[in-house]
Parts: sequence; structure tokens; C-alpha cells
Amino acid sequence: MLDMILTDYTLQIVSLGSALLGIISGVLGSFAVIRKESLLGDAVSHSALPGIALAFLMTQSKRTEILLLGALISGLLSTFIILSIVKYSRIKFDSALALILSVFFGGGIVLLTYIQKIPNANQAGLENFIFGQASTLLKRDIQIMGILGVVLITLIVIFWKEFKIVSFDSDFAESLGFSTKKITTLLFIMIVTAIIIGLQTVGVILMSAMLTAPAVAARQWTDKLSVMVVLSALFGAVSGVIGTILSSLVSKLPTGPMIVIVISIIVIFSLCFAPNRGLIWKYFRNRKKERTINEDQVLVNLYRLAMNHEDLNHSHNISIIKPDKSMTVKSAKELTKKLESLGSRGLAKKDYFNKWAITEKGLEYVENYFKKEEL
Amino acid sequence: MNLDYIIEVEDMTVAYEAKPVLWDVDLNIPKSILMAVVGPNGAGKSTLIKAMLDLIKPVSGNVLFNGASYKSQRKHIGYVPQSESVDWDFPTNVLDVVLMGRYGEIGWIKRPKEEDKKKAREALEKVNMIEFADRQISQLSGGQQQRVFLARALVQDADIYFMDEPFKGVDAKTEKAIISILKELKERGKTIIVVHHDLQTVEEYFDWVVLLNTQIIASGPVSEVFTDENLRKTYRSTGQILKR
Amino acid sequence: MSPQMEIQIIAVIVAVACSLPGVFLVLRKMSMMSDAITHTILLGIVIGFFMVNSLTSPFLIVGAALMGVITVFLTEMLNNTKLVSEDSAIGIVFPLLFSIAIVIISKYASSVHLDTDSVLLGELAFAPFNRMKVFGIDIGAKAIYSMGGILIINLLFVIIFFKELKIATFDPALATVLGFSPALIHYSLMTIVSITAVGAFESVGSILVIAFMIGSPVTAYLITDNLKSMIILSGLIGGLNGILGYQLASFLDVSIAGSMAVMTGVVFLLVFIFSPSRGLLTIVSRRKRQKIEFAGKSLMFHIYNHEGKEEEALESGIYTIKEHLQWNEKFLKLIIKELKDKEKIYIKDDIIKLTESGREYAIKSYEEIVSGF
Repeated sequence: MLDMILTDYTLQIVSLGSALLGIISGVLGSFAVIRKESLLGDAVSHSALPGIALAFLMTQSKRTEILLLGALISGLLSTFIILSIVKYSRIKFDSALALILSVFFGGGIVLLTYIQKIPNANQAGLENFIFGQASTLLKRDIQIMGILGVVLITLIVIFWKEFKIVSFDSDFAESLGFSTKKITTLLFIMIVTAIIIGLQTVGVILMSAMLTAPAVAARQWTDKLSVMVVLSALFGAVSGVIGTILSSLVSKLPTGPMIVIVISIIVIFSLCFAPNRGLIWKYFRNRKKERTINEDQVLVNLYRLAMNHEDLNHSHNISIIKPDKSMTVKSAKELTKKLESLGSRGLAKKDYFNKWAITEKGLEYVENYFKKEEL
Repeated sequence: MNLDYIIEVEDMTVAYEAKPVLWDVDLNIPKSILMAVVGPNGAGKSTLIKAMLDLIKPVSGNVLFNGASYKSQRKHIGYVPQSESVDWDFPTNVLDVVLMGRYGEIGWIKRPKEEDKKKAREALEKVNMIEFADRQISQLSGGQQQRVFLARALVQDADIYFMDEPFKGVDAKTEKAIISILKELKERGKTIIVVHHDLQTVEEYFDWVVLLNTQIIASGPVSEVFTDENLRKTYRSTGQILKR
Repeated sequence: MSPQMEIQIIAVIVAVACSLPGVFLVLRKMSMMSDAITHTILLGIVIGFFMVNSLTSPFLIVGAALMGVITVFLTEMLNNTKLVSEDSAIGIVFPLLFSIAIVIISKYASSVHLDTDSVLLGELAFAPFNRMKVFGIDIGAKAIYSMGGILIINLLFVIIFFKELKIATFDPALATVLGFSPALIHYSLMTIVSITAVGAFESVGSILVIAFMIGSPVTAYLITDNLKSMIILSGLIGGLNGILGYQLASFLDVSIAGSMAVMTGVVFLLVFIFSPSRGLLTIVSRRKRQKIEFAGKSLMFHIYNHEGKEEEALESGIYTIKEHLQWNEKFLKLIIKELKDKEKIYIKDDIIKLTESGREYAIKSYEEIVSGF
């Protein structure tokens, strides 16, 4: 496999392209996700199709930059229409998205079928934008992607502070004198550009996944925006390269869907196993918490019994320790288990007759516990 | 222009779709007071603050800070928005949020310096949150969130502070802590304007009060203005319960 | 029956069948779920195909409908972890399931007579080639019967469960209290959406199903406030879009489904701009009128506030008032003229004064506003 990558020129170009795409969409996607604009990305990418077709119809050229310019314009136009619909009618954002997405896509299909009817037109390949066709990437395309990528990431670095504060608390940013409108517009144009860059490789339908998935995966591993952006770029690049290689190793595997499958696996893995936020991590933490809470309740009961007794060290039978009815510990067996565990923590002790008492350490623990509650 | 007042609101009208929220509000606020803005729900309390901060464009009217426009005085003004106005699952930590208070001073593009971080830490110490500096903000309680927002306003090092319901969702201890910081700010000559909900605590916390219901019903020292009669006027026909 | 006629009949049936559950998607703010479901049913069809090895088996519809419901379930599950926001959850689930389907189809393209283009885009023009035969007698295009069946199911669903759907849409809490499980209604609706999408995708392709599910209900939403009329209007608008779309397509000789989506957009746009009650033109002129009316009230109230006070000459002076209100000259003149014509104000010694009726009016409007809360 390795020597294939090292020797196959086309594969090198395509992998490089997918990696670039992954980095760009990973970085800009992070902002789309934290601003909760992932679905807008979906609408923008579908809406790019008529722009591509129109650009071809008007120029008869299939140069990438011309087609992508058309895509950019129709992507931005669709966003403008969506926002206007929401502003001037009672139609909700999600309905406006779905409507414009399908209408623009339908318009794209109409234009594509129209182009096919034009005799002698050099039209083949336009429909590749629907699913993406990584293998059609040329060295020139990579250069365009590279240049745009550098511009986008430089802008992110320059306006990092502004993008962050506007995404987190736009009112506060405005009160500090930052023009929220200008900053969000710039950021949005950058996000749309990132989407357009990916269309050739993964296509209009799956591009939104490239925007959303790496960022969602990255979010699970960190609580810092900067780390999230870097990780997201990394996940994007890795899935781009792996997806590309897989699709070239096995015949007839399409690149775009393979990249999406790889990044989705990364998402699922991250959701399950990321420390702190991960579901499995959370599950065990909750179990542990539940256990401590139950044990705490038993200990508090022991504490109360001790307080009601002259001799603090007096031991009590399990049936007396039984917590009141709001407690979840039901059977004596379970209670014994909790007491054993408390014993091993040095908070309770057992005497010859299987009776239990609270220890000095236990008394201290309960008193601290109450103190904390008061705070 | 009257130099006795640090803020002058003149004939301010704000409307959402021709429904007035504030109507021809005139309000003069003297320097160095701790002021509550009180009124029923929908009376335009938050709107008043936002319009003063130029976050909402009024239909008519004007606000002067020290006799000058908001834009020219921006650096002297601090703001604490309602805490639920932001997404607390945002990937950032406490220190970072407080640092945002310095962004206005730092200006476009430039990065926070070590000195800014030092100021942010000091502010966190002030609100008793320094040990949470590296904590992710989603792990904070309601009271801790408010303390962080207060710290963010403190690092703005302003002369005038606007706070939108800083006691919402906070525990009693935090409430006391916040009010003692506000009182201390006032002692140092700052002017603090607080949107407040709890009529019970107005007399204890504040020395100046504005009763608002679309119009200014009354404004002045708590001892003079915070009367049953004025409250009845403010809350009339709303069915919302009065103090005491 | 001519093929052209049949195509239009199918188009109308598809559009109407889609708009019925679509109304509830729009009202329940779940429009983007149709985007997800129309993509993922493809996986259901592919899996169904491999199990029964036939593209005509009803089992495919079952598989696809199931996959639609699974999509909804997975999205909600992901959202419930609180690790992912709702929009991101949709944006992750459907591309994954859709990608798996595309990979399977591409890999086994030779054995599956499904190609991704036709699934995605559909081709209504071919629908009449597929005939329905009973005892060897041709009784029309098959799609008329399959989509007709789905249309009847949807109609029955909406009619029988109208009350339940209505209450679960507008007040889920009340629905629970009354013993209608909103979850059950929710999943039934999602099943209906999935079945409809499966039936429709063959003729119009999956993405354009969205146009019919959302487009016509949204258009109807701009015209009426009544749920029943919204459902009926959606059906009518959907049918209209279908016929107009077909005419456009045959005129330009382009994709029928695509043209239908474009016409959906065009009809929406026209309604959006010209609708008498909620159209853009109405709203803009209403807002402008309200602005002037309100400015008049504000001016009168301003004068009332300052009348008889020492600052009156400045606050209500004809040359100085604009400084206080921060209005531009032109706007101020317009408002003053308007109020003078209505005899609410007059000007004396360059100061604007209220007439008796103006004062009454100012007080009355303030009372109205304050007691309005």
C-alpha cells in the first residue's frame, strides 16, 4: 500500500487534495458547528449546483475556478434568500432551509439536463459535482485549493479573537465596539468558501458532513477552541487521505462516501471513548457517583444513629441502619455491600456480631459533607 | 448638558414592529450610585439597557455619557448580559471568558498580553473564582457563571457598569458576594445600573431606583421613590404581585 | 390514456401525497428531517434488495420505511447525549447512512439495477413504461397505483388522526395529559413520511421529494391560519406545482422532477411577495404605515410629557425637536404634516402644541400600551 502511495502520481494528487479539503473544512467547520450552522452548510452545498451549471452555460468553460465562482455566488444567494424568508415571514428557519435547498437543487438538475441537450457541448463531468469525483482532481485544482486554504486559515489566525468572541457572546462583542455584523459576514463567507472547495471531491450532497463531522469529533476531545480547530483539521485530513486510499485500493468504491464513512467512524469513536465527555466515560462516572451517593446516605444514617446514642462507638444492627423509604438501597444484602465498601474506605467498622458503627474518619466525612451542602 | 449627571437619556422610544417597549423615556442618572431598574415583565428593562448600549436602534431619542456619545465613551462602560444569552457548552475556559473583557481595550487583531491575563486573574480572585480559572465553562453552576460574567466586566475597568439580571439563577451566597462587590465599586466612584427582579431586596441592595413600565414611573433615591404608591403605578393592571 | 397525461397524473398524486405529512413536518419544525429521511431510505432499499433479491418486492418499502424511522431515532439518540447539538446530529447521521448506501450500490452496481443518479434525481418520463396489468389487461402506469395507494394511506392517516396530530403538534404537554402519546404520534408520522418518500423517490428522486413535502405546505402557511385549510391548500398547490412543472419541462425538454421543484420555488416566491395577508409587499407597506402611525403617537406623547414645563420651548420647539428625537428633517416634516391634517397638533410661537383631541389620544394610546402586557 505504502509504495502505491509513493509511486502512484494520481493517487498522490488526489490524496493531497482530500487532505487539504479535510483541513479546510475541519477548521471552518469548527466555527459552523459551535455557531450551530451545520444545516446551513447542507443548504449551501446543495444550492451550489445551479451556480456550477450556470457558470458553465455562460462561459462554456470547465475551469475549476470559474465553476467554483458560480457555486460560491449561488451558495451565498441561497443563504441570502433563506435569511430573507425568515426575516419577512413567519416561516421558520428549518423550513426555509429545506425549501431553498430542494428548489435550488432542482434548478441545478434542470440546468444539467438542459446542458446535456446542447449539441457538441463539452459538458461531460458536470454531474460529478453531485457525488464528487476525487479522481478528476488535477494539479491545478490542488494549487487552487492550497491557495484558498492558506488565505482562509490566515484569516482565521488574524481574526481569531474576533471570531471567538462574536461566536460566544455577540451582544457583549458589540458593546465592546466590534462590529458583529461585519465579523459574522466575513466568517460566513469563509465557511461558504470552504464548502465550495470540497464540492469537486465529495460532492454537493455529502459536503455538509465534511463540515460537521470533524468538528463534532474534535469537540469531544477538548474544551479549548484552539485545540478543537487543530484536531478537527487533523481528523478531516486523516479521513480524507484514508478515504481516498481505501477507494483506490478497492475497485468501484466512490471516494466521497468513503471519506464520509471514515470521518463518521472517527465521530462514533470520539463520542464513545473521548475522556471526560465520552459516553462510556460518563457511564462509569455516573455509576461511581451513584454508588458514592448511596453510600453517603448509609453513612449519614449511621451518623444520625450515633448522634442519638450516648456512646458514639455503639454498633447497630443492619435492620436499624436501613435507610428511610426514599433511599434506593432496598435489600439487606445490598446494604451489607455498601457497609463493606464504607468499611474498606475506613468510614465505618464492623464488630463481632456483624453490627456496624461509624468511625472517627466517618464522622469527619459526614460533617464536611454537611458543610459543603451549606455552601 | 448637565454635568451633574453621568448618563442622560433623552426622549428614548424603542419599538418592536410598531409595538413600543420604551416610550419617550427621559432619565438622568447621577454619578456613583448603585441603581436598580425595576418593573413588571415586558416593561422594557433589558431593552432600556440595550438601547443605552447602542445594541438596539431606538426609533427616537438620544443617550449621552458624560455629555458625549456612547461611541466615544465606550471604553468607560462595562456590560454584563443575561447569562442565558450565551451557549455555556462553548469550548472555552473561565480565564478565557474573563479575558474577553479586555478585548475592547486590546482592539482589533492584536492578542491579549501577559498583563491582560494578570488583570483577568485578579478579577477572578475578586469574585472568588481563581481556582476555577482553567475550568471548562459548562461545568459551572448558575452562581459561578454569574461570577465569571462579573469578573469579565471587572476587567473592563469601566466607570459605568450595566448588568442584566445578575442575580438570576444564583445561590444566596453568590448573591451576597456579588452585591458586596457592587457596593465596593460604588464606593470607588463607579456607577452601576442593574436590572433587578426581586422587589424584596431593593431597599437592602440599592441606593437609587428606576421604576419602569414603558415609561419611567419614578426615578430617584430608594428612600424617596420606592413607595407603595409608585409600585402600584408601575405594576398596575399587570396582575404581577407587588412587594411585601 | 396518453403517456403525457399519465405523467401529469403521477406528478399530481406524488405532490399531493407528499404535502399531507409535509404540513405537519413544517408545523413541528422538523422540515430538515425530510432531508435526512429522503436520503437514508436509500440504504433501506439497498438492504431490502439484498434480502429479497428483487426490486419490486413490497419488502423494500418496509425496509425503507424502517430505515426512515431508524434515522429519526438515531438523530434523537445522538441529540440526547447532549454531546452534539440537534443540527449537527442530523448533519452526521444522514450522510453516514447515505454514504453506506452509495458505497454498496457502487460496489455491486452490476447486480443491482439501481443507479445512484436515478435514485437521487428520479425520472418521471420513464414512469409510464412500467405498466400495471391485471389478468393481462393494461390498466395504466404502475406508479399511478403505487403512489395512489400511498396517497390514500396518507389521506386516511391525516383524517383519522387529525385531532391527535393537531394536539400533539401544538401542545405536546396537553397531548400527554390527555393520554395521546406524542412519541407514538411522532413516530407514526415519521413512518408515513418514510413510506411516502420511498414511493415518491422512484418517480421524482429523493431530493426533490423534499420540495414537495416542504414547498407546498410552506406556501400554504403564508396564505392561511387554519390547519384544515392549510392541508387542503397544500394539496392544491402541490398539484398545481406538478402540472406547471411538467409543462415547463416539456417546453424546455429538461428533467421533469427538477422543473417541478423549480415551479415549487416560483409559486412560493410569488405567494411570498404578493400574498394579501402575509406577503412581502403587504408586510413592508404595513410596517411603513405602522412606523408613521407610531411616530405620530410618539411625537404627541413627547409633547404631552413636556407640555407646560420650563423645557417645553426646547423639547417641543419646531426647530429644536428633531435634536431631541434624533429624527431627520424629512421624516419629522412628514409626521408633523400628518398630525396637523388630523388636527391633533397645532403650532404656536414655534412650539408644537397638542389639541384637546390630540391630548386625549396621546393619553389613551399610552394606557393601551401599558395595559397591553
